[in-house]
Amino acid sequence: MNLRRTSFLVGAMLLAGLALTVLGVCVGSTGFENLVGPLLNPQQDPAQFAMARQIVWEIRLPRTLGAWAAGALLGLAGAVAQGLFRNPLADPYLLGSASGAALGVALALAAMGGGAGMLGDNMMNGGEAVNLFSGSILVRLGLTGGAFVGAVLAVLLTLILSRGVQQTLRLLLAGVVVGVVLGAMTEIVLLLSRDTLQAMRAFVLGSTTFVDWTACLLMAGVWMVCVVVAWLLGRVLDGLSLGDATARSLGLPLGPMRSALVAVLALATGTAVAHTGLIAFVGLAAPHLVRSVIKTTHGRLMLLSSLVGGVLLMVADTLARWLIAPQELPVGVLTAVLGGGYLLLLMNRNTRSARGARL
Amino acid sequence: MTSNLKPGLRYLLAVVAAISVGTVQALQVTDDRGAVVSFDKAPQRIVSLLPSLTETVCELGLCQRLVGVDRYSNFPASVQRLPRVGGGLDPNIEAIVALRPDVVLLATSSRAGERLQALGIKVVALEPKTHAELQRVMLKLGQMLDVPDAQRIWRAIDAAVSAAAQSLPPYARNTRVYFEVNEGPYAAGESSFIGETLNRLGVKNIVPAALGSFPKLNPEYIVRAKPDLIMIGQRSAEGMTQRPGWQGIRALREQRVCMFSADQADVLVRPGPRMAEGARLMAQCLTDKAPKIPSGVKS
Repeated sequence: MNLRRTSFLVGAMLLAGLALTVLGVCVGSTGFENLVGPLLNPQQDPAQFAMARQIVWEIRLPRTLGAWAAGALLGLAGAVAQGLFRNPLADPYLLGSASGAALGVALALAAMGGGAGMLGDNMMNGGEAVNLFSGSILVRLGLTGGAFVGAVLAVLLTLILSRGVQQTLRLLLAGVVVGVVLGAMTEIVLLLSRDTLQAMRAFVLGSTTFVDWTACLLMAGVWMVCVVVAWLLGRVLDGLSLGDATARSLGLPLGPMRSALVAVLALATGTAVAHTGLIAFVGLAAPHLVRSVIKTTHGRLMLLSSLVGGVLLMVADTLARWLIAPQELPVGVLTAVLGGGYLLLLMNRNTRSARGARL
Repeated sequence: MTSNLKPGLRYLLAVVAAISVGTVQALQVTDDRGAVVSFDKAPQRIVSLLPSLTETVCELGLCQRLVGVDRYSNFPASVQRLPRVGGGLDPNIEAIVALRPDVVLLATSSRAGERLQALGIKVVALEPKTHAELQRVMLKLGQMLDVPDAQRIWRAIDAAVSAAAQSLPPYARNTRVYFEVNEGPYAAGESSFIGETLNRLGVKNIVPAALGSFPKLNPEYIVRAKPDLIMIGQRSAEGMTQRPGWQGIRALREQRVCMFSADQADVLVRPGPRMAEGARLMAQCLTDKAPKIPSGVKS
């Protein structure tokens, strides 16, 4: 019965994803009705046609699918983290990847000379001439590269500090320490190069604006690898949920499997963060949403939360583009509100019906 | 239409046309990223994602070529009617594409540049941060937009700054000024755009260039530096006297504080063509509020 329910859910999520893709293509700075005309009559006005085609094919489609891919990566990472640490509060950023990515971005921004006078808002904000523009490696890496390298290095640092993946508690603590220390370092960078402050905020709020086909395909590719590996390793998480000793007694090679899961966690999070910035709550909420509907093995849980994460971010991204069109809301803000709100609702419902403890 | 012109005149017209076409074809601009951008003809549809560049385009007399601006561009008033395409940091890419611009002007640090280029839109990144850079950017934009008298426009601005400096009464010279850009307190140092204007006015900045353009100071530093005059934005001015130890600052005791409204702050802070107006604002402030006998002369 569980299997049927799982397949039903998978199907539903895929369908929702498909529907949202169509919707996502229609929503943006201008309504679809303004694009349909030029798209259907290319001969009438070739310039209009080219513009409409570009907006739909090169901007909306990659960012819509990119939102799914990023959400799927975060949902998967969240499920892996919660299983690995046997902690329902674990989220994809637990091993310090968020603060690592933030530090990477801050350094890249500082190297590029910051977001200077770009804001010119009434906070009397000037421009600082830190133009280290001469081919510094950070500039070459760009924000995307900086974020990815930062995220991966932070996870490595966490692993070194915790002396491997053997002790979950140690790993958790090391992750927290790395997060705090790298966060402080980011603050120092921002203090020294004040212009980067606003640009940093844009990164922290997360956005799918800059996702092109390359980024989209890259995220999809990484997602496929991660989801297969996670599926294969689902068993170890099932074992782990009964405690280390039990898992070991089942004859599972805990060390290598844990390492592989940590690698999945780091890779999935790093890729998502690099392309969309810090998007709150998807990774935390997706596994809980799945668990509220179905109790299943970790393998299926990971697949499902990945699909739920993708749909969740797609919904948020579509809303972000639509609510105050032609302007855009930062999608990270919406995921926090949507995910957080639903999670609270779920918690309350469960407590009232005395089924508690599930969340 | 030209058929009833004299042959000689027609020839002359043809030559003029050929020359102007020739120069226009060579329209090439190297932007602040070092990228070389070439245009067949001077761009007619411009999107600007940086307020100071918006103002510069308008100063060059080409406001009507702007088809979209970022949300912080608010001057001159006519740009407020234009479509807003988000901010420099979070631009709405598809809204920009929909405007079909010939060129998008943005800051070097904007992430939008690469994405827009990938979509086949010409991007020129310019980010003036000093007087000299503003001059360079203005002339570059003048060249790119085919404005022959860009040089003259710049000279007029420059002369107006000098005139503002000339207008200062003798007692106001050598006033020691603290310019606070933000409650941090962040100050405008000598090397900042604001600092350069103060310099041109011939007054002293309590924040030396060595501290950087906009250093975050220890409040104690300002108390120790004993500025004669404080320039500050209206919003951060509230509660300034309540800052620990600040009651003792002579400038505050004697109310030698110039508070600038948000609009005035835009003028002062943006490295743009309104720098002469900024200089005049500061000169006015100094004339009104500078102590008749600067503290440095007292003993």
